[in-house]
Amino acid sequence: MRFSALKVLTEGLTGNRGWRAHWRDPEPAEAYDIVIIGGGGHGLSTAYYLAKEYGLKRIAVLEKGYIGGGNIGRNTTIVRANYFLPGNSEFYSHSLKLWEGLEADLNYNVMHSQRGQIGLFHSDGQRDAAIRRANSIRNRGDDAELLSVAQLRKMVPYLDYDQGRFPIYGGLLQRRAGTARHDAVAWGYARGADRLGVDLIQNCEVTGLDIVQGVVRGVQTSRGPIVAKKVAMVVAGRSSQVAAMAGMRLPIESHVLQAFVTEGLKPFIDHVISFGMGHFYISQSDKGGLVFGGDLDMYASYAARGNLPMVEHVAEAGMTLMPMIGKARMLRSWGGIMDMTPDGSPIIDKTHIEGLYLNAGWCYGGFKAVPASGYCFAHLLATDRPHAAAARFRLDRFRSGRGLMDEEGTGAQHNLH
Amino acid sequence: MRVAGKGLIDRSRVLKFTFGGQSFEGFAGDTLASALLANGQRLIGRSFKYHRPRGIVTAGSEEPNALVTLERGLAREPNSRATMQPLFDGLVARPQNAWPSLKFDVLAVNDVLAPFLSAGFYYKTFMWPRKFWEWVYEPAIRQAAGLGALSERYDHELYEKAYAHCDVLIIGAGPAGLMAALTAGRAGLDVILADEHDQLGGRLLSEIEHIDGMPAVSWVQAAAAELAGLANVRIMVSTTVTGAYDQGVFGALERVGPRVDVMLEGVPRETFWRIYTKGAILCAGASERQIAFANNDRPGIMTAAAMRSYLNRFGVSPGQRVAIFGNNADAHRTARDFAEAGVEVVAMIDSRAEAQTLGDYPLYTGAVVTGTRGRLGLKSIDIRQACGSVKTIDCDALGVSGGWNPSVHLTCHMNGRPVWNPVLASFTPQSGAIPGLVAAGAAAGEMSTQGALAQGQAEALVLVKALGKRRVKPSPLPVADATPYEITPVWDVGGRARAWLDFQNDVTVKDIKQAVQENFRSVEHMKRYTTQGMATDQGKSSNIAALAVLADATGRGIPETGTTTFRPPYVPVALAALGAGGYGKGFAPERLLTSDRISRDRGAPMVEAGLWYRPSYFPQDGETHWRQACDREVQMVRSAVGICDVSTLGKIDIQGPDAAAFLDLLYTNSFASLKQGRVRYGLMLREDGHVMDDGTCARIGADHYLMTTTTAAAGQVMRHMDFVHQGLRPNFDVSFTSVTEHWAQFAVAGPEARALLNGVLDRKISDKTLPYMGYKSVQLGGIAARLFRISFSGEHAYELAVPARYGESLFQLLLERAEALGGGAYGLEALNVLRIEKGFITHAEIHGRTTAFDIGLERMVSEAKDCIGKTMAARPGLIGPERDQLVGLRPVGEVKQIIPGAHLFAPEAEAVSENDEGYVTSMCYSPTVGSVIAQAFLRDGRNRHGQHIKMVEHLSGVTTLCEVCSPVFFDPEGERLRG
Amino acid sequence: MRIDCPLCGTRDRREFYYSGHATALARPAPDAGAEVWDDYLHNRDNPAGITEDLWHHEFGCGAWLVVRRDTVSHAVLSARLVKGDQL
Repeated sequence: MRFSALKVLTEGLTGNRGWRAHWRDPEPAEAYDIVIIGGGGHGLSTAYYLAKEYGLKRIAVLEKGYIGGGNIGRNTTIVRANYFLPGNSEFYSHSLKLWEGLEADLNYNVMHSQRGQIGLFHSDGQRDAAIRRANSIRNRGDDAELLSVAQLRKMVPYLDYDQGRFPIYGGLLQRRAGTARHDAVAWGYARGADRLGVDLIQNCEVTGLDIVQGVVRGVQTSRGPIVAKKVAMVVAGRSSQVAAMAGMRLPIESHVLQAFVTEGLKPFIDHVISFGMGHFYISQSDKGGLVFGGDLDMYASYAARGNLPMVEHVAEAGMTLMPMIGKARMLRSWGGIMDMTPDGSPIIDKTHIEGLYLNAGWCYGGFKAVPASGYCFAHLLATDRPHAAAARFRLDRFRSGRGLMDEEGTGAQHNLH
Repeated sequence: MRVAGKGLIDRSRVLKFTFGGQSFEGFAGDTLASALLANGQRLIGRSFKYHRPRGIVTAGSEEPNALVTLERGLAREPNSRATMQPLFDGLVARPQNAWPSLKFDVLAVNDVLAPFLSAGFYYKTFMWPRKFWEWVYEPAIRQAAGLGALSERYDHELYEKAYAHCDVLIIGAGPAGLMAALTAGRAGLDVILADEHDQLGGRLLSEIEHIDGMPAVSWVQAAAAELAGLANVRIMVSTTVTGAYDQGVFGALERVGPRVDVMLEGVPRETFWRIYTKGAILCAGASERQIAFANNDRPGIMTAAAMRSYLNRFGVSPGQRVAIFGNNADAHRTARDFAEAGVEVVAMIDSRAEAQTLGDYPLYTGAVVTGTRGRLGLKSIDIRQACGSVKTIDCDALGVSGGWNPSVHLTCHMNGRPVWNPVLASFTPQSGAIPGLVAAGAAAGEMSTQGALAQGQAEALVLVKALGKRRVKPSPLPVADATPYEITPVWDVGGRARAWLDFQNDVTVKDIKQAVQENFRSVEHMKRYTTQGMATDQGKSSNIAALAVLADATGRGIPETGTTTFRPPYVPVALAALGAGGYGKGFAPERLLTSDRISRDRGAPMVEAGLWYRPSYFPQDGETHWRQACDREVQMVRSAVGICDVSTLGKIDIQGPDAAAFLDLLYTNSFASLKQGRVRYGLMLREDGHVMDDGTCARIGADHYLMTTTTAAAGQVMRHMDFVHQGLRPNFDVSFTSVTEHWAQFAVAGPEARALLNGVLDRKISDKTLPYMGYKSVQLGGIAARLFRISFSGEHAYELAVPARYGESLFQLLLERAEALGGGAYGLEALNVLRIEKGFITHAEIHGRTTAFDIGLERMVSEAKDCIGKTMAARPGLIGPERDQLVGLRPVGEVKQIIPGAHLFAPEAEAVSENDEGYVTSMCYSPTVGSVIAQAFLRDGRNRHGQHIKMVEHLSGVTTLCEVCSPVFFDPEGERLRG
Repeated sequence: MRIDCPLCGTRDRREFYYSGHATALARPAPDAGAEVWDDYLHNRDNPAGITEDLWHHEFGCGAWLVVRRDTVSHAVLSARLVKGDQL
């Protein structure tokens, strides 16, 4: 079924009785060519591109809960391509291009909104760093502009330019950055993959990996064993547990990141605003809620919920940056489990076990990566060669020290990125 | 309309207020909702999606419909629940989400278009043409989005945070909570009793009941009086416990302001509390849910219990002809109370065939409401009787009771899942879901007053015992209503017309069914696809019914279907409260130098350096640009003497027999070999081999060192040292402490530095008594001071440290002496120029990704010993020609501009990523060199001195041809340092 | 969240700095080899359940603590000084 305005119209006239399932709920087959563990954004997009770009048919996505129930369904929906180190730079550039064609590709409105993201800076040093970043972006062919305070005052008049603890020196604007409706991304990829024959198997927890003499043979699941030629681990915060089934210890520590939304308000924040000094970022959804977040709670956690220190800190940051949001009420807070790596950058690589592949370490930047992550991982899975845009996301970079991508410059402490 | 003789309001105190510009009157004790109802105002708001006319549904914080914007001067408080707002004189409220008016709302056209706006319709359209999303569709959607509006200006209203500790936090002051508080309080426990309403009593205030033979309200008053007399009990009314967090921490929001008519000076509107408690009893009661039937959302339809609240507590009847529809025994109380109050009860409709009447009014058993009429207010209902016949009944108010949901929310805040109770047809708390918290009363599924009293007492006694307080004989349990709660669930009456579940978000039974049809069968999928439960009430009164409809549509049971997760906060909390204190400068501490006042008096612009404020430059008369001041200050240091406050540098005092060995582990270079009275530059790595920090370290005594760190890394270094000592070398006999704030330290730099110092020190110094990189304990004016002959400017220079209390006067003295010698104060700008001229680095260069190798200091990593970071710094990727290495740059072409952050390319190469060879880190105009100079990191840069490189800065379109050179531009031999 | 500092008593989480798993206490010998050092610095068991991690009572006594905790429930089981407790 193809979605369109006409379809919405005709269904509306006939009682909306014709809508079909977005995806099937198939029973797992005995064997697949490729089994993807994890039905989150990255797993679903991997499956989609495997089927679409490489014409592969026998693919299953195994999800222990419901499709899109992980970080794809609990993030702050920001899409940008403003990284500055080689590796990240080309990858996110690639991802943004995929975003720009995603709705047409999936025939699903993920509400990708290129409303622009502004990263504020608050000192000469931060301005220099912003210029370095902006030039990295421009060298890559993507867009970045520096905004003066005068320009900012026009674009985002509601910031406190006069009383704030850290005065605003300017901002780095990426116009092509913005937001997307997170759940819709998962559903769009799921529907797309399903239509190309991928089996999306929900409520199917992987309990073991079958590895014989260094070669993967399949997986054990809560719904029985499944034979597979290749197995792809795409489970974000749970990567360490799944990798442990293969005897692997990963350079990952799982942390909780909270996010927040307010009651619906008439829209007045038309961009994504990031306040580096306060670890605070905010946008306003098309429903009217202010969606915002801050830094990690900073302790290893699988609880998918946080504590008051970060809740209050984020609110305080909001009050110093844009005190006019004071009367907005926080409606809901939640947490996601972040797979933090020692340099804050991801891993898309083979493992030392033949047929076992790893896609992990997205820290808290995984949402915008979903299209390219799936695209590049599919390339690796299908061809056994890394895609050029993700060639630096190697697992062995920590040992060799080659090609580390420490954007924050905070070093090998997982929670600092 | 008001009902004579009913309610707890004070009819002698008339309060005036306005709603939508129209003036009304109410009484003290009213809420905005009750006062509006009393004035016959049934239409209060519009729903989110279809802009359906809506009225008041509840009498509590779960209200989905009656949201208004409160106005006070500059302040606008959107989405305020009329049901929770105590009335005061002069209150101004406005309806929201309606244009041009509440009665005639243009966007109500959405209601007509509803067939095309079904669940998730927006995922299926608005895709073509692509650019139209940002240009057309999204702006149109945003035009219609949201409920109320912020003023978009900061209103300066006061919000606060506060903290409290207690033995037991009792959440809710209904019968269970009051009994628990009495029991725990009498036993001497420190009790906090919090209730979100402005009086204690909970449902007892809304019910006609007796406790110990007296009216329940009287019993509440007696209990409240006793509790108020107990010093160990703190009563917090208008306080909603918003979240349960780890280790007995609870968040709570106290609405202080709305309780008083006029804002008093210093009284906050709201206070966000953090409560630390040993135990907690959740006595939050239960809330009543709706039943889905056609057009069940009209103004005039509310929960049966809310109707009772308005009658019994506020003396208001929401209508003149009242009907009640329920599926449980409790609903009949409403009919009884209204009949007894003299309001005409036109029908008591109970879906249960066996229902018994409590009064003299028409009872329809086995009957359901199937439809309603009245666009802006209820006019009549259709009922389908047991026999199947349909009857229309004229009425202007309908109370609905679909049963009660225990308020389990807080028990879910740590991912606990509530447990389905088929007898109650509702979820009850999972025991142990929050460590230290138990539920009692209706929150635990104990629906009778008698049961609630008993449970409240029992749970409090458990805590009294557990916390080891004196055992008091529990007083006999008061005798109260013990009528059992009986329900036969009816969730959805059925029929073809739309029946609402989530009133605010306009989610109907049809939407849930469509979601299932599209395979959004998981409860989370259903929620996210339909937006059920995602409105400001978070589905408090609609989630369970939606779940039941979902369970029915998927053929699963309710327990198998599961619930979505309740997350904090229990009620929405203003960011001004959560972030109280964060406004303006309050966000972070401000650290001020002892010289701060003098610098400001001299007109120095102060800039943030971490949490510190440092002078940027010291302008003089006639100077119109910072560069003039900066150039002058640089020349002053190079030719005479300059004074700069460097107290922001971290200072760590290290003592003990193993101090030297400890420093040798911390620094890449050796400090054991440092002689007493000498200073050495040290480099510190992180364990991953990258540079953490640099600075000097003086050996003050045999076992006594004084380390300086950069301003930015002071805290990190101290923490690191604590770790290395306690965690890696606990056997080292060494002690250290930060003395950053104990000492005020000033750089005295320039050819006249020694002359200046010899004018203020009690004993003169010379090259012999204090050579370059020497340390000396000195006296000035009888005060013990520390003098270091070190230089960050490349000049003959010292840093003089005195106890901080002398800082200001020393700075004044040094300035006077310097000025007499043709010198003066210099600020951060000049400091930066001086250091760039000398090739010294700051955190612009050691930004966390650079190694000793990158900055040309790999020889400082001692071969002879281990140090933190040494092993990992030797990783193949951290050394070698592919690394970007520190170099100097100077422009050689027409264009002289160098911009920090700009990237470097071979002169003929295109400025794209593939050709990127490095970037500029620092730049200045050097009055000494007479040109712009810069520091940069360049691929294999040390081997490229003399080569040309192209700097490209895309943002400003500047391309500059530069020569690569040594980063040291001035006095490379360091002769001036020793002179 | 609160932690029982053995020196100061029960204190709010805000007083502490977190640095990761207590494995950081088991610093390898300089010549232990690339694999050992890589594992030490980067790789983690990252358990979903009981773990031991390092917290610095930075805004308190300055002690580094090994805190035994449950990463799923956030229960804090014990806290001890790292000093004299090397792995």
